[in-house]
Amino acid sequence: MVRYLLIRLLRAFITITLVVTFAFIVLRVSGDPAISIMGDNASPEAMAAFRKEWGLDQSIFIQYFNYVTAIFQGDFGHSMRGGGPALDLVVSRIPATVMLTLPALLLKVAIGVPAGIYAALHHDKSLDRTVMVTAVAGYTVPSFVLGLLLVQIFALWMPLLPTGGTGELSHLILPVLTLGIGGAAILARFVRSAMLEVLGQPYIRTANAKGIPWGAVVRAHALPNAAIPTVTIIGFMVGSLIAGSVVTESVFSWPGVGNLLVVSVTARDLSVVQCILLLVAATMVLSNMFVDILYGILDPRLSNANSEGR
Amino acid sequence: MVMREPWANNLHPDTVSPFTIPAAMPPGPLLAIQDLTVAFDGVSVLRGIDLSLDRGEALGIVGESGSGKSVTWLAALGLLPSFAAVSGRVTLEGKDLLNAPAADLDRVRGGRVAMIFQDPSSALNPVIRIGRQVGEVLARHQGVSGGDIRAEATRLFELVGLPDARRRFDAYPHELSGGQNQRVMIAMALAGKPDVLVADEPTTALDATIQAQILALLTTIRTETGMALVLISHDLGLVAESCERVVVMYAGRVVETAPAQEIFSNPRHPYTQGLLAALPPFEGPLRRLVPIDGQVPDPSRLPPGCPFAPRCTKREPLCETAVPPLVQAGFGRLSACVAQTPSYVRPEKDRVLA
Ligand SMILES: Nc1ncnc2c1ncn2[C@@H]1O[C@H](COP(=O)(O)OP(=O)(O)OP(=O)(O)O)[C@@H](O)[C@H]1O
Ligand code: SF4
Ligand SMILES: [Mg+2]
Repeated sequence: MVRYLLIRLLRAFITITLVVTFAFIVLRVSGDPAISIMGDNASPEAMAAFRKEWGLDQSIFIQYFNYVTAIFQGDFGHSMRGGGPALDLVVSRIPATVMLTLPALLLKVAIGVPAGIYAALHHDKSLDRTVMVTAVAGYTVPSFVLGLLLVQIFALWMPLLPTGGTGELSHLILPVLTLGIGGAAILARFVRSAMLEVLGQPYIRTANAKGIPWGAVVRAHALPNAAIPTVTIIGFMVGSLIAGSVVTESVFSWPGVGNLLVVSVTARDLSVVQCILLLVAATMVLSNMFVDILYGILDPRLSNANSEGR
Repeated sequence: MVMREPWANNLHPDTVSPFTIPAAMPPGPLLAIQDLTVAFDGVSVLRGIDLSLDRGEALGIVGESGSGKSVTWLAALGLLPSFAAVSGRVTLEGKDLLNAPAADLDRVRGGRVAMIFQDPSSALNPVIRIGRQVGEVLARHQGVSGGDIRAEATRLFELVGLPDARRRFDAYPHELSGGQNQRVMIAMALAGKPDVLVADEPTTALDATIQAQILALLTTIRTETGMALVLISHDLGLVAESCERVVVMYAGRVVETAPAQEIFSNPRHPYTQGLLAALPPFEGPLRRLVPIDGQVPDPSRLPPGCPFAPRCTKREPLCETAVPPLVQAGFGRLSACVAQTPSYVRPEKDRVLA
């Protein structure tokens, strides 16, 4: 068990390192922060001074070495635009993002899971088809289109809700819907196929042959088994709580992490972008580990393998 | 020489009864299946099955893969997927099962008729402890609850010879071997104290020594509890050993029914004869085994006459025109074959005797 955990942690560490390194390199070869932050008409001397100040005149290896050393000392660099610590800036945006993504996650689960179960239980009937057509629609429409559509309907045609901004509860509704609908559709499709798979298993026939009423067969024999693959995708959604709303935040000018990422990438504000990506990778990896632990609880075959084998 | 006509049209009035009363049905059988048909997506895979089962009887069902053995019993218990089109009558002590309300059917399933399946490891739910899976039946059909469930399930595990029965209550199916899982399935079936146990190839997925143990267990349990046993298998030898009566199925029909010893000593239907020739002998010198040539026909492309005709060594021209019905072929025996039809229905012999 301890060995298994260590391997998991090592793997998580490698994943995060890869993400961070990749981001570091791509950011540095794809544009010059001196130009994007100082402006085109800054003097060459000023630019040189800027590069020297931020260490951009050194070779990429030295820059990378300095960056990594700093991280291990808890220093995530400073924003080139505002000058403040990058981490503080990013962390200050997290509450706004979570205010959107958490209700959206609840919405996804609250709609997607029952819809998927319902569709599977009415497989090939018109209700199943209706749910699935809706789901495919909700799933194929890109979130910016959905966001703009919702704004068009509920803010412009029927001026019930604000088009963007923050401060009141009403500001939350449209962005949460935008995030939630697409995710609910994905989840519905996923839960449906997981349920259909389980309902076709021999042990469901056994349960029927035992004389257990159908409702109880579904509750006791199908749902727990279909939950196993479903937690993977929900875990994935949990992993995107922090960075899963880049597009939606832009559409609704929501001051969250996603918005900060867009602005910082445009400005080549290197430390801030790196800090966000590091945070995103860490949440993804963490939620993955969380899913693995849940798996072990839900599926006795795995928890045994983990405790005996590795 | 008289022109031969399909003998089905030449029945003597006095001989009608064996044709209309199907499959040796004594008055008041425990379970009766009449003219059961099943079609999947318009393809018929069962084409009029007639069977009956007496109280306490051990009935064997044999036939090659795809002959409809499993579908017959799944249909009888309403366990086929909803897209299967089922017709006919299935009665338990005269009460119809096919159109029974769900609640009534649920009382029959597991409580009066239990069924176990070929692959015990996939027939048990992998995420539920085996004790709880047996406990479900106890709670549902015997009204056992609380701590009594553990005691009773343990008793059943002991009864079916599950090693270390007491500790097994909390085990998961993957922690047990295939043979042990089949014992769990049998314990689960017994939990409802059923009148019939339908065992669909209960040993096919197990290795030879375990097969023999499971069969012996089924036989012991049957004699001890007095419940009827339906043993489905494609192994005629195995079935004849553990059953009193044997039903041979081919391409969605019953082709022969006879007491087990007579199936061996005097098989009537060429298909049964073929199955026997393919069996290793019980005693005496080893002889060459002769498998039946050819393959079971695809249910969507059945020959027009006798479904066995393309593979039959005794085929006559008549065989290819009409489907021979199941008719009496001796005391307590039925067969569906032109060549084996008793003399009184054979047109030309009819004339000779007259
Ligand atoms: N769920 C299903 N959907 C479609 N066709 C099916 C289904 N179940 C069975 N069949 C078809 O019905 C026919 C009879 O199948 P059945 O399972 O009863 O055969 P069997 O005699 O039990 O053979 P085996 O020895 O392989 O178990 C086969 O042609 C099979 O393909
Ligand atoms: S009816 Fe004809 S083809 Fe069919 S089994 Fe009998 S002899 Fe063979
Ligand atoms: Mg079968």
